[in-house]
Amino acid sequence: MAKNSIKALLVATLSLFMILFCNICTAQEITALPTEHHTTEKKEEKLDPAKIIMDHIKDSHEFHFFSIGSFNASIPLPVIIYSPANGFTEFSSSKFGEDGDVIYNGYGLDENKQIYSSDGAKVYDFSITKNVVQMFIALALLVWIMTSVAGKYKTGQGLTKAPAGLQNAIEPIITFVRDDVARPNLGKKADKYLPYLLTVFFFILINNLVGLFPGSANVTGNTAFTAVLGVISLVVILFSTNRHFWGHIFWPPGVPFLVKLILIPIELAGVLLIKPAALIIRLFANMVAGHIIILSFIVLIFIFGAMATVAGYGFSPLSVAFAVFIYCIEILVAFIQAFIFANLTAVFIGQSLEGGDHGEGNGHDDPIIA
Amino acid sequence: MSLLNILLDASLANAGGAIGAGLAAIGAGIGIGLIGKGAAESVARQPEAANDIRGNMILTAAFVEGVALFAVIAGLLAVLKA
Repeated sequence: MAKNSIKALLVATLSLFMILFCNICTAQEITALPTEHHTTEKKEEKLDPAKIIMDHIKDSHEFHFFSIGSFNASIPLPVIIYSPANGFTEFSSSKFGEDGDVIYNGYGLDENKQIYSSDGAKVYDFSITKNVVQMFIALALLVWIMTSVAGKYKTGQGLTKAPAGLQNAIEPIITFVRDDVARPNLGKKADKYLPYLLTVFFFILINNLVGLFPGSANVTGNTAFTAVLGVISLVVILFSTNRHFWGHIFWPPGVPFLVKLILIPIELAGVLLIKPAALIIRLFANMVAGHIIILSFIVLIFIFGAMATVAGYGFSPLSVAFAVFIYCIEILVAFIQAFIFANLTAVFIGQSLEGGDHGEGNGHDDPIIA
Repeated sequence: MSLLNILLDASLANAGGAIGAGLAAIGAGIGIGLIGKGAAESVARQPEAANDIRGNMILTAAFVEGVALFAVIAGLLAVLKA
């Protein structure tokens, strides 16, 4: 019996070795020489789905809506560059040419669409890019909605009379953030933090929703945007800490001494690094994943179309149906991610206010006290 | 060319990234499924608490989904950074 199993094992090992490491000659075709490849490259570009999706997700110096053949419907945005050698320069990004390969005033776009200086100098890019324009639009929308609603309250509509119009939509959301996010986590100090929590909730929500429109920019699915929000949340959390809190970080109660030593760096990293990083990456990854899924369904039409034009047309209804389904989920995710960001910020602020593990009613398991 | 050459040549990183993201999806599916199961059973036992339970469920699901998306980002980096 043992001899049989050893024999089987040896046969298996030898087979694996022979498959993987012994050389077999196969016939290979010679691919086209590089020089010929480049001249024909311009007209017959192979469809690159990953590049198309990435271009739609990333920030860019122009607002590109669609292209029909060689006509590009896009709005070029201003490029504002500071370099220590040349000071501030402003020009329209259309100066970079149709394919982005023109070098203007010594500045050009590299393959990552980043601006570089042709003499290698350090370039600080302050341009109004797609994301910046969309953030301004979202900001204008938010300020307009909020000030008009607040103005109505000043005239008594909604206080002495029943709320009307937009108040009916905004008031439940604001009371939701106040009663289910701020008050349970922050207790008596909720009203101090309510402006920040409401701002962060509504700003993320409106950028999420505007980013869902076809042709708009992917603002929240951008680590720059979420990192700034995460850092601001971290600053608010650190400002609300007290000695009690840091005492519990550096001397965790209720565990043996050796476990305390292990816990101290973990708790410290948790507060300063891991919790803000989780906030940042959670929002970024959720939004960018949703956008990638929608874009993939649309690009699938073109992939099928590249195989056979009929297949492309035939597949489009299915693809659009899937995309609409994912859109519904994405609207839900937009609300949920805004709520989660605000809620977790409130939870972490609540933890710093109470001083760590045994505050009242902040959602942690209470230790069993006999 | 041996099979191992072909395997390594075809960018194991791409396969690794995709498999990692798939495993993360399995983990998220199981995790959020368990959360949903717990929430549905709790609401069945005590329908008056449905609102509180729903809030807790969404919060916990966001945590689990966050972790799964860390893995997705790691897979994406594996594919993009070759």
